[in-house]
Amino acid sequence: MTKAKGLEVSLAVAEAVKQANVDVIAAYPITPQTHIVEELSVYVANGELDAEYVPVESEHTAMSASVGSSAAGARTYTATSAQGLALMHEILFIASGLRLPIVMTVANRALSAPISIWNDHGDIMAERDIGWVQIFAENGQEAYDLSIAAFKIAEDHRVLLPVCVNIDGFILTHMIEPVLFIDQKKIDAFLPPFNPALTLDPKKPVTMGPVGVPEVYAESRKQCEQALINSREIVAEVFDQWGKTFDRNYKLIEKNGPDEAKSLFITMGSMGETTMTAVQELTDSGESVGQVRIRLWRPFPKKEFLNAIAGAEELIIIDRALSPGSHNGPVAQEVKALLYDEPVKPRVHNVIAGLGGRDVTVKDFKKMYAMSRKNELDPNYTIWGVRSDA
Amino acid sequence: MAESAICAWQKLELGTAITTPGNSAELRTGDWKTLRPETDREKCIKCGMCSIYCPEFCISEAEDGYYPADLFYCKGCGICANECPKKAISMIMD
Ligand code: SF4
Ligand code: SF4
Repeated sequence: MTKAKGLEVSLAVAEAVKQANVDVIAAYPITPQTHIVEELSVYVANGELDAEYVPVESEHTAMSASVGSSAAGARTYTATSAQGLALMHEILFIASGLRLPIVMTVANRALSAPISIWNDHGDIMAERDIGWVQIFAENGQEAYDLSIAAFKIAEDHRVLLPVCVNIDGFILTHMIEPVLFIDQKKIDAFLPPFNPALTLDPKKPVTMGPVGVPEVYAESRKQCEQALINSREIVAEVFDQWGKTFDRNYKLIEKNGPDEAKSLFITMGSMGETTMTAVQELTDSGESVGQVRIRLWRPFPKKEFLNAIAGAEELIIIDRALSPGSHNGPVAQEVKALLYDEPVKPRVHNVIAGLGGRDVTVKDFKKMYAMSRKNELDPNYTIWGVRSDA
Repeated sequence: MAESAICAWQKLELGTAITTPGNSAELRTGDWKTLRPETDREKCIKCGMCSIYCPEFCISEAEDGYYPADLFYCKGCGICANECPKKAISMIMD
């Protein structure tokens, strides 16, 4: 293992994709994802990466071309953000429905209107039900590591589903961070060449994506969903193997702070690092507070999550997306639905913070904590920092 | 898609793919008709108009020159009966 190198996180992700030795990249540039695919196009152009780079005319085509190339047996990568992800929408379901292990980076960005190039999770939350494995990275090192691990998860024959690695737009993509890169030989040993289960082959023709008549559709959906549910174990297994091989450990759900903490922040993505500082400072001043980070969003790791929050009296769930007209943000909806069956339930506060790139600082987390203690947060959800005349 | 695809989800091919091309011929698509065509051989002049008009292409010339419908695929739409110049086809309850 070489020593840490300061690099823009987008370029670290591009390096990971190169080291994963992809065969096809089909992508359309969109801020803040651009640097990733731009760098990959340079690698292909100068011969550093022996892959086909398909400069498509839209994200709809990027995902369509990815479906085609993955079906043909090629290790396939793409990346996008916000409107680009939304434009892929219908094909995202086809990728999982056909069980194609495509890997995609989503550089999370707010959806228009108004136009925002800045970060929130509105893009991926609108795609929660696409049937993909969905992972969140918190920093540059994680973005690099998980981008490689994603191929191993996706291509495992017990999974065979597309995997999406979420990295916060700008906050991660455009940040220069120290990243430890892994030797190519070690990555090759960890990630063997793609061995597809079913391919488009003229010598052995198959039809992928036929009509699913009413007698078949439900069984077909059940097959895909079961594969997604089962993938939980394989994600954990790959993380475990990553830890043993490269000495960096990842868990589906990660806990930070004192074990017996009464209040827990629930976070996903890069905001977790700021929360970590707030938790440390609050703990130092004698408060009983900790943090639970959701790394695997789909399939939701129910058992691990419940274990992590066992004993807590209060959860402050941070959502970085709005679910208009609902009772809560997406993460809080998920957690509250889970708690319904539990005999002992913690109190739940839901704070929707950081929409469209609004900064959320250590001070903000401390204020959320103080307000939750005094029961001053809205019973459903609070949109943090929203200016109001009322 | 063949009848064999109507199975438990565990037995479905990966991604519901069809691995035996052309197997749609094995699927009984004519299972929901209420009326079926019956030809009066006395009236039929073996012109083949019915086979041209059948939207299911399920009428073809038999060895004896008549044009029977393959009820495995026939939907009972009655177009053949309507188009027959000799009114040789009647639609009867299936
Ligand atoms: S009833 Fe319709 S489907 Fe059946 S043979 Fe006649 S034209 Fe064809
Ligand atoms: S159209 Fe009528 S007459 Fe002509 S072949 Fe068919 S049944 Fe016979």
